Amino acid sequence: MTRKRRRLYILLLCGIGLGTATALTLTAFQDNLVFFRSPSDILAEAPPPGRDFRLGGLVEAGSVQRSTGPDGRPHVTFRVTDGQHSIPVQFSGVLPDLFREGQGVVTLGRLGPGNVFLAREVLARHDENYMPPEVADALRRAGHWDPARGDPPPASGWNRLDPRRSGG
Amino acid sequence: MIPELGHFALAMALALSVAQAVLPLIGAQRRDARLMAAAVPLAHALLLATVAGFAALVACYAINDTSVLNVVQNSHSAKPMLYKITGTWGNHEGSMVLWVTVLALCAAAVASFGRDLPSVLQARVIAVLGAISAGFLLFILTTSNPFERVWPPAPDGQGLNPLLQDIGLALHPPLLYMGYVGTAVTFAFAIAALIEGRVDAAWGAWVRPWALASWAFLTLGIAVGSWWAYYELGWGGYWFWDPVENASLMPWLAATALLHSAIVVEKRGALKIWTVLLALLAFALSMLGTFLVRSGVLNSVHAFAADPARGVFILAMLAFYVGGAFALFAWRAPSMVPQGVFAPLSREGALVLNNLLLCCLCAVVLVGTLYPLFLDLLTDRLISVGPPFFNIASLPLALPLVAAMAAGPLMPWKRAELWPVLQRLWWAALVALAAFLLALALAGYRFWPALGFAAGAWLIAGAAADIVERIALFRLPLAAALARARGLPRAAWGAAIAHAGVGVTALGIAGMGLATETLIALKPGESTRFAGYEWRLDQVRDYQGPNWTARRAEITLLQDGREVMTMSPQRRFFPIGRTTTTEASIRTNFLRDLYAVLGEERDGSAVLRLHHNPLAPWIWFGGIIMAIGAGISLSDRRVRIAAPARKPAVAQAA
Repeated sequence: MTRKRRRLYILLLCGIGLGTATALTLTAFQDNLVFFRSPSDILAEAPPPGRDFRLGGLVEAGSVQRSTGPDGRPHVTFRVTDGQHSIPVQFSGVLPDLFREGQGVVTLGRLGPGNVFLAREVLARHDENYMPPEVADALRRAGHWDPARGDPPPASGWNRLDPRRSGG
Repeated sequence: MIPELGHFALAMALALSVAQAVLPLIGAQRRDARLMAAAVPLAHALLLATVAGFAALVACYAINDTSVLNVVQNSHSAKPMLYKITGTWGNHEGSMVLWVTVLALCAAAVASFGRDLPSVLQARVIAVLGAISAGFLLFILTTSNPFERVWPPAPDGQGLNPLLQDIGLALHPPLLYMGYVGTAVTFAFAIAALIEGRVDAAWGAWVRPWALASWAFLTLGIAVGSWWAYYELGWGGYWFWDPVENASLMPWLAATALLHSAIVVEKRGALKIWTVLLALLAFALSMLGTFLVRSGVLNSVHAFAADPARGVFILAMLAFYVGGAFALFAWRAPSMVPQGVFAPLSREGALVLNNLLLCCLCAVVLVGTLYPLFLDLLTDRLISVGPPFFNIASLPLALPLVAAMAAGPLMPWKRAELWPVLQRLWWAALVALAAFLLALALAGYRFWPALGFAAGAWLIAGAAADIVERIALFRLPLAAALARARGLPRAAWGAAIAHAGVGVTALGIAGMGLATETLIALKPGESTRFAGYEWRLDQVRDYQGPNWTARRAEITLLQDGREVMTMSPQRRFFPIGRTTTTEASIRTNFLRDLYAVLGEERDGSAVLRLHHNPLAPWIWFGGIIMAIGAGISLSDRRVRIAAPARKPAVAQAA
């Protein structure tokens, strides 16, 4: 085995390895990128069916309802709003500690029949003042909140806020 | 007074570290023995100064000095003393001070225990460590001063995030930082070798113990972090492919590769340039990890912009150290002569394959972690890359790695034949196949967990086959084999044990693949059947902790009508900071975990989430076994000859 041959083998091996890694990454990207959508995004453009995505916004005040499903599992339904539109969300599981009406929330799941978002995971941070960046962005895009002006307005006023008056 | 002393100590440390970075380097260049000799006392003085700074910060926390901004933001007088002290590094500023303290400790260790190193190499290594310390100290003093005062002093602190008020915080960051800093030492060795333009077997022998120690601490740090997330977050998961977790996984993968390629440099003198490159990469990834976590870049690009000074400083430092190192590499590496010819099929070849696969894995994790960041920066599109991506992309790379892991140690150096190796492994393959079929049959024909069981069994049996082969058990009389076992180098035992540890972790992960959970709302007195037990909710009552109040559910588990154990998950409320945490209750018998979480209460009934996690503890036991393997390997006389005495980092942990 000459040195040249050996180097060739190693280079070939490296090429195969890197190629495989790239191919794997790209194919995995194709199916597994999880996009973030705000309620307005969903209504503006229906997300592809059967794909997971993240829905975020504020939990609409007065929208949280609890029930028990036919299988005995407790269910929670609530609405997620970005101030312009809202989407109903259904979730079966233990809600995070800081899940409150009016708090920012990010949920992972897919859209079910009747535009009900079936959440598999509900994420809320463990800090009351923390606003998930995606949610902040959705609110900012909906023209509701300018982060430079301080904390987001309280949710009780949120759902009836007039987008033109809030001056984002 | 104490904060000013601490601040002064850090400023002093900065001056010392600059001297440490410059004087020995000039000395080594001019072959000036006096300047080079300055490295050792300077390293010790730097250690003294950083320890003084760190101790001052700990003291501020211990006495709850509310005139210090950092204490006000992150502590409270009502916290138990343990969490006051561990809270010192539960925030950005404090953790950076811990970082430089550990770094100074490592530099002092190179100074104290590296007397057998050639003085030029030692001087350069200490100088590079001094340069790294200088950058971090400058960062602390200019953008994240932990001793900033507030006037008037706040009545009390704002409290520490309750999730961090846990023994995990006492262990996880220091362990992880020792690992990160260990890669700084191998980085310093690599830079010194590049300046010198020479890498020899002896260099490999010095780098290997540091790589091993660093790897062991990273392993333990990651394992503790994963365990902490498992019991503290209450989701019942152990690894979330969270960017912050990935930030610690990437240096681990690089350090694993480095550890193996350093063996080739030491034993065969081959793969030198590659090993140097890996040492640079491992540190680059450690720094990237530290900063991605510390700067808040990962949570959001916008959080990054919130403190531009810090972010820019971080980027500048990354560019300076990593860019400088790679420029030096590009300049000097071509002058190093490759040596050591080997056939593709040989121990060296197997180690090259190991390196290749580990680096590909690392690249996949890196892309998955950074891609959302870039997409957000470039297109303003918000995405996240979750577990499905990482599972799909990393599994095809991990499987050949696992397959080759058992075969590699059985191959001879230079040139091997596949057939004899396979002959020695046939029974390991049988064990793996049996595990696969058994798992399929017992777990209801689920392919992936069964494959995980097969991988774990293959690794453990492969490690056993390695030892059996080396001591010629079954071929020689038992006494002779035992005598050979005693004579076997500890490095061989260490490698086999570490590989078996990976197998144990694989079994744990496979077991978790079979985990089940249920969600149920129960009224006191009601019960449900789950995982072979009858779970009876006795009552939910108030409970008072030192700085929290809690609702505590009392659950009794019955088997065949007999009470076998009780569990008491809690929901804790911390009035300071007004936050709530769930405290899961876990009962383990080391073969399975029963895991209960108390959810919300309504209409007199409590929502409970119950998990049955088969083999869950094995995930972390595997990590501990890996670290033990590394420790045994470190205690090998042959490893110690090059780098005498114990690893100082080990000494500190003990």
